[in-house]
Amino acid sequence: MGKLVFYVALALVVVSGVLFAPEHAGLAIHPMDQFTVEALFGGAHVAWYTPTNVTLWMFLAIGAIFVLLVLGSANRGIVPSRAQSVAELAYGFIYKMVEDVAGKDAVKFFPYIMTLFMFIVTANFLGLIPMSFTTTSHFAVTGVLAVIVFVAITVTGFVLHGAKFLGLFWVSSAPLALRPVLALIEVISYFVRPVSLCIRLAGNIMAGHAVLKVFAGFAGALGFASFLPIFAISAFYALEVLVAFIQAYVFTILTCVYLKDALHPSH
Amino acid sequence: MATNTHDAGHGAADAAHGAADAAHGSSGMPQLDFSTYGNQIFWLLVTLVVIYLILSRVALPRIAAILNERQGTITNDLAAAEDLKAKAQEAENAYNKALADARAEAQRIAVETRAEIQAGVDEAIAKADLEISAKAAESEAAIAEIRASALDSVKIVASDTASALIAALGGKDDAKTIAAAVAERTEG
Repeated sequence: MGKLVFYVALALVVVSGVLFAPEHAGLAIHPMDQFTVEALFGGAHVAWYTPTNVTLWMFLAIGAIFVLLVLGSANRGIVPSRAQSVAELAYGFIYKMVEDVAGKDAVKFFPYIMTLFMFIVTANFLGLIPMSFTTTSHFAVTGVLAVIVFVAITVTGFVLHGAKFLGLFWVSSAPLALRPVLALIEVISYFVRPVSLCIRLAGNIMAGHAVLKVFAGFAGALGFASFLPIFAISAFYALEVLVAFIQAYVFTILTCVYLKDALHPSH
Repeated sequence: MATNTHDAGHGAADAAHGAADAAHGSSGMPQLDFSTYGNQIFWLLVTLVVIYLILSRVALPRIAAILNERQGTITNDLAAAEDLKAKAQEAENAYNKALADARAEAQRIAVETRAEIQAGVDEAIAKADLEISAKAAESEAAIAEIRASALDSVKIVASDTASALIAALGGKDDAKTIAAAVAERTEG
């Protein structure tokens, strides 16, 4: 039912946007402007150390994580408060994921994976606040996250298993003739991992936010009928809340899967 | 060099902004503006390090401790409940045992008392019997004596009567014969 209403509203918005847009000179949709990196305290030049809106929203993410996980658990209640419940839930969720997906010996990587997850999920949710800046919508950010995961896992694999880690690419269960071909494919897929991690996260977040902005532009142009895009924005926003969590979850669970490869490279 | 090209690019963007609004909308993705990459990467690394320190130093050990403590508390409570249950069972057993003991003791005391009383009664009866038989013997002796004295009196009266009869009839009283006759009759 909700889905149907959503699609109907979506169709109405698109149709009305097409019908009404040309008549309104004021129609100005800038869906990508929200992603602009700008210096916080004026100045056109953005150097590597300049405090920018990236800095602001990343520090807000740190603050949110601190409030949730540190202040939330400050009472150390045997019967948890609401914030403490959420903190424990997040802890248990990621801990169990690491243990189940990557194995018991991956638990020593738990703090790193928890750091990744908490940063991504907090940044995604903070990005859903209207007028905010979404740090995880930038390839620079997700790319660095992906490269960190890639490098860490590759190094871990070689440190733990030495040259045997290359066995990951040598599919010993396949016929001998096929193995070089498969090895090539495996190597390519291995190096595509960070790219896909990077593009998936930033692409999803960016696309969702851009669509919201497009709808908002329609709302500005439609006049009396602007309730339609606003309704669509509300519906799409709910979807974006889901995406914000799911993308953080996907990034984290893929990291765990790759970590398992590094810890147990045998095919 | 890099700064120069950046400034030039910015100028161009400014010009485009001034020229046409529509042009601004399609001015490209800020995600591909490489001049901001250094800034983003720097602040991202700072953020990740700070988050990692917060998590690994404070948050995660604390939450782990809380979860462990809760698990421990639950285990302890269950053990304590088990303990209390066993104690209650024990107390019930002790109570039942005490009850049974008291009952047996009461039984024993009742039997003992009954036996004691019976013994007392028996003794009293025996004593009374003894007394009764003594008294009876005494009475019998007295009766025999009375009877004997009565028999003697009968003999005297009989011999007196016989001698009187004989005298009245004109016979000669022979004391010896009378006594023999009296004795013969009274014996029979």
